[in-house]
This record gives sequence, C-alpha cells and structure tokens, in this order.
Amino acid sequence: MRARDTDWEGVRLHVVTGKGGTGKTTVAAALALALSYNGGKVLLIEVEGRQGIARLFDCPPLPYAERKVGIGLGKDGRTGGDLYALAVDPEGALLDYLDMFYGLRHAGQALTRLGLVDFATTIAPGLSDVLRTGKATEAARRKAGGREVYDAVVMDAPPTGRIGRFLNVSVEVSGLAKVGPVRNHADTVARVIRSPQTAVHFVTTLEEMPIQETLDGLAELRSLGLQLGGIFINKVHPDGLAEADLKAAAEGRTNEAEIALGLKAAGLADAQTLAAGLAIELGEHARNVALQERERRELAAAGQPRYELPAITDGIDLGGLYRLAEVLRNQGAA
Amino acid sequence: MNPPAVPPRLDTDALIDDRRTRIIVCCGSGGVGKTTAAAAIGLRAAERGRHVVVLTVDPARRLAQAMGLSYLDNIPRPVDTGFPSDGSLHAMMLDMKRTFDEIVEAHADPDRAAQILANPFYQSLSSSFAGTQEYMAMEKLGQLYRTDEWDLIVVDTPPSRSALDFLDAPQRLGRFLDGRLIRLLTAPAKPGRAYMKMLTAGFSLVTGTLTKVLGAQVLKDMQTFVTAFDTMFGGFRERADTTYRLLQTPGTEFIVLAAPEPDALREASYFVERLAGERMPLAGLILNRVHIPAATRLSAARSIAAAETLENHEMPNGTAESAGSPRYALAAGVLRLHAERMQLAVRERRVAEHFTAAHPTVPVAEVAAQPEDVHDLEGLRAIGLSLASRPARG
Repeated sequence: MRARDTDWEGVRLHVVTGKGGTGKTTVAAALALALSYNGGKVLLIEVEGRQGIARLFDCPPLPYAERKVGIGLGKDGRTGGDLYALAVDPEGALLDYLDMFYGLRHAGQALTRLGLVDFATTIAPGLSDVLRTGKATEAARRKAGGREVYDAVVMDAPPTGRIGRFLNVSVEVSGLAKVGPVRNHADTVARVIRSPQTAVHFVTTLEEMPIQETLDGLAELRSLGLQLGGIFINKVHPDGLAEADLKAAAEGRTNEAEIALGLKAAGLADAQTLAAGLAIELGEHARNVALQERERRELAAAGQPRYELPAITDGIDLGGLYRLAEVLRNQGAA
Repeated sequence: MNPPAVPPRLDTDALIDDRRTRIIVCCGSGGVGKTTAAAAIGLRAAERGRHVVVLTVDPARRLAQAMGLSYLDNIPRPVDTGFPSDGSLHAMMLDMKRTFDEIVEAHADPDRAAQILANPFYQSLSSSFAGTQEYMAMEKLGQLYRTDEWDLIVVDTPPSRSALDFLDAPQRLGRFLDGRLIRLLTAPAKPGRAYMKMLTAGFSLVTGTLTKVLGAQVLKDMQTFVTAFDTMFGGFRERADTTYRLLQTPGTEFIVLAAPEPDALREASYFVERLAGERMPLAGLILNRVHIPAATRLSAARSIAAAETLENHEMPNGTAESAGSPRYALAAGVLRLHAERMQLAVRERRVAEHFTAAHPTVPVAEVAAQPEDVHDLEGLRAIGLSLASRPARG
C-alpha cells in the first residue's frame, strides 16, 4: 500500500512520449523506478528496438522476454520492488499474439519466415502498432492468483510526432479491417488505452521545438479522447543567481565592475578582462533563462501536472536514474 | 597518451561554391537541427550564386515563417532572400501521400490507379510514416534532380528513429515488393504459375492462418491491393534503384549532423561507416549546438575554487570584506556558472575527440549553440556564417 496519494493513482499503464533528444527513455526508466517504490512490481517496456533500456541499466541487450533489470527505489532503509524490462518487437509480438489467442506458434513462425512481419510493418504499420500496444495492455492487465502481476507498466513509446497514430490503434486498424479477429483485438487494446487506467505523459526540455511538439501532441491526444498525463520537464539547470542580476544581464546591464571586484577579492589575476568574458556568459545565460520562463508559462497553460527533473551532468548512470526517480517521487509523479 | 586528434575542417563554402556539387543530403538522428542546417546551407548557397531548392520533410512552421512563407507544401516556393545575388532559393516540404499518389497515377492506367488509390491498404501505406516517408523523400529528390531547374538540391532527411532508416527504407520497400509473401498473395490471381504447386501446402497454411487472424475481408483487400499493384512493382523497384545510384554518383555529398552528445555521435559514427560501406560520398560532420565559453582561460576547477573563496570567509589578500556578503554574490554566481560551462565544454570536446579518434579523416565543422531558435532569415544566415568560419575557441 502506498503511504500517500500520487498524482496518478489508479493508472496502471504509463505511456511516455516526447520529442527525440529530450530524454524520453531516461524519464520512462526513472518513472518505473519511482513506481516500484515500496515493494511494487513494475514492467518497463520499449517498443522501438533501440535497446535504450539495456544501455541505461548497463545490461546485455534485452530479449523478447520479461527480465528483471533492477531494484526499485527504496525508502527508509527498505529496498524497493522489482523492476522488470521487456523489449517488444513486432515479430515477437506477432508470435506471442498468435500463440496466446490461437495456439498458432508454428504457423506464426512460418508467416515470419515468409516475411509477414516485414509486410505488416511496411504496408500496414497500424497492424504492428496494435501488436506492440497489445503487449503492453496485456501485461498491464495480466493476473495471477487473483491479483495483477504488475503494479504498473511503463511504456517508452514512439516520439511525439508519431504517438497519436501509435495509440489510436482502433481507428488505424478499422480502416483496414472492418470486422474480424484483428479488429476485435484492436478494439480491446483501444479500450484499455482509452480507460482511466492509462495515462500518456510527455517529456520535454525547455526549448522551443520540444515545447511546441508537446503542446501539439497534447492537443492531438486530447482530440483523440485519450487521458493526458503529466509534463516532465527534463534537463533543468538551476543556477543560484539572483533574479535581479539575471534580469539586468538579460537587458545587457550587467555590473561588470562588481564582478571584477569579486574576482579580484578571490585572488584571480586580470580581473577586468575576465569579468568582461564572464559577463558575456552571464548575458547568454540570462537570455536563455528568460526564454525558459516564457516556455514554462506556455506549458503551464496546458493545464497538466508538471514535474521538473534536474540535468544530470556527465551522462546518466544507474545512480543518476535513482536520483531522478527520487525527484519524481517527491514531486508526486509516483 | 597521444594528443587528441584534430580533424580536418569541413569547408561548407568550398562545397557549395563547387558547381559540381548538385545534391547535399543532411542526415543524422532526430533533434540535432537537420532541418535548420539544411535551410541555412541552402540560403548561403543561394546568396553565393547557386540556384537552390531546399527539400524538407519536417513540417516546421517556424522554419517556413523564417523564410517568409506562411507554410511549405509539395511545390517548390520561391523565397525572397532580400540579398542581391545571381542565385535563387526555393523551399518545399514533402507531402508523401501526394507524391505517392502521383507515382501511382503515372504508372497505372486510370481505372487501375483509381482502384489502387481507393484500397484501404494503399491508404495505410501511403499515409503512414514507416519507410514510406523515406522512400518518397528519395523519389522527390530524384524528380527534382531530373527537372534540372536547380543546380543545387539540399535535402533534409526524415526524422527517423535512426539515421540509417533513411538509407534502408527505399531498398526495404523494393525488397518487400519482391517478397515471397507478396508472390504468395498474388499467386491465386494468376493460376498456372510454376511455383504455385510447390507453394500449395505453404499457401493454404498461410492463407488459413491469415484468415483466422485477420479475417477474410482483410485478406481479400490485401490480395486486391497486391494484385492491382503488381503491374507497378517493376517500376517501383527500378525507381528505388535509380535514386539509390544517384546517391552514389559524384555530385552528391552527405553531411552528417550531430549534437556533441554521446548518443547523437554514436548514431553519426554508424552512419559514417554505412556511407563508406555503400560508397556514398561523405563531405563531413557538422557538430551542431556546441557550447563555447567566452572566457576559456579560467578552468572549471579554478573557477569553483574562486567561487568557494567568495562564498566562505577566506580572503587570500586579507581584505576586511565579509566574503559571504551580497557584495560578492554576483561574482560567486557567475563563477559557478562559468565552471558549469567549462565542464560542459570539456565533455563536448571529449565526445567530439572520441568521434575523431574513430574517424580521423572525416572533416568537421562546428556551429555554436544559439541562445534562441531561428526565427528569420537573419538567424539562418548567422548559422551559415558560423559554419563557414573557424570557431573562436581559446
């Protein structure tokens, strides 16, 4: 049982999207760790064959099988739950689907050899999307001994530009199949994705393009009737500078003399020249901060819960992931 | 240890001034600034006297607006650069469905074309992103090239999962069209073919399973589509092959873009190796959004030490000032900021050096990170200029 409510109580399938380069996989992994806090069992799924999870957790490439990759975020000296990971590829998902619903594993292998998967991904990506989302919804609903196997499933989903199509499986497939088993499967998957058990989170950085994509993506998913999740603002840099100093610097009114005096007091040589260089850096930084403030306001207007994650310098490692998980937990995301 | 390798410099001006350069392909993983770089290179080339068309696949409204266009579409639109030169600039955005429809209309008689265009599988194929966009970008590039209206085409590649999709997609579509499953599906429409007998057992297994899984109607639609498309297959393959060869001819130059981050440079590395393997000409790497501190003489370590001196109460020169006083807060804050910038610059340098160590002959140009995104021609011009000049690194 949870010690307190989180913003996403009742959500079992967390879909994480974002523009390329914003840290979508990292945030999905951190969210999964945060969710496995206090003994929860969580499955982290990647669907694009990038093996990003294996790289993050420093383990060998993931097969099409649910493998334990880590221990969740702990609390008060107790260890967290288990974090499992799965790399879904359309081929594996197809075999799985045939096996699970029709007991047709062998026929599936024959189809795979004949290039059905290639065929489906080329001619009808909607079919391969429904196989991948189908695997995630199946895992989220899977039960053993009367209770759910996983407390939460986190999917590292395709980027913002493709997320609408990816999640709108029922409509994508209905264009191809008016009736029939695959249509029924798509409808089942769609019901789970549209239910309150699923939320779609967006990862962005405080830059213009990712923010524009986030706002466009939110509007698209809203129009599709999907439940919107949180906005995860990644790679935020705190600076410890006074607001007045930043404002002055953004307007080109940096007090160089004051900086020079400080540099001199700290025993640095050639304080004047150095101060001039540092003032340029401060000016660039201040203009950037001002831009980021405008972007924060744009995101706030979207009306979804927001979380801010610090930039992890020197590359993300397991320690960094736990740090991000802690931050998410403290902000109520998990 | 050996000193870090210094890469040869990528001279983009020499590249665009060379009239033999007819196609520049900008590629790289998503989010590294391909579209903006392609537009900046196109603008600079136009201002240096080339007749340029920029083909983008990214529906970036801001970029269209930056070029004075309200939007971009499938037709090259003239851009008023407001700069006196003998050259000219056009810009367009790929509409893959439109481009695909046009190929169908060109290759099939009207009845058959109408049949194909109405088929649900064709509609899915022509409007989806998986591979079709890459294929159609190549197709459009070939079309633009054949019109001979422009002497330089700058193309920006689709925002693929990886830079490699762009090279693989056209051939994948070609292979797919020749695939065994396609032959199986088209077979019933053409009885009497020799391989039918051999495949009969397999065929019933396949159709049986497909019917079970997809439903009979889906299978029927699939067969109708494949059969209708069958007459065009040869044409498709040929076109894919022709465009692929165009990319190997002298006059085509690839520019790989990357941000100075491990993931982006890893992708860039794969791509460089692939291009070499495919005998496609690589002009070089643009390292985009490089952070260059203004005061490089002061190292991160010394900057942090100085900030600490100001924050704690130890004044080396014995001044009576209270160090923690607000008086030095600005200086301390600026020193911390500088330290971070220096650390970032060192990290970026390191990943760039790793790339050059692995690919010592690949020329590199750097573009400094801009405080804001590009909003106008002036911004694009600044990037073009930044590409052409040596970065001022201390």
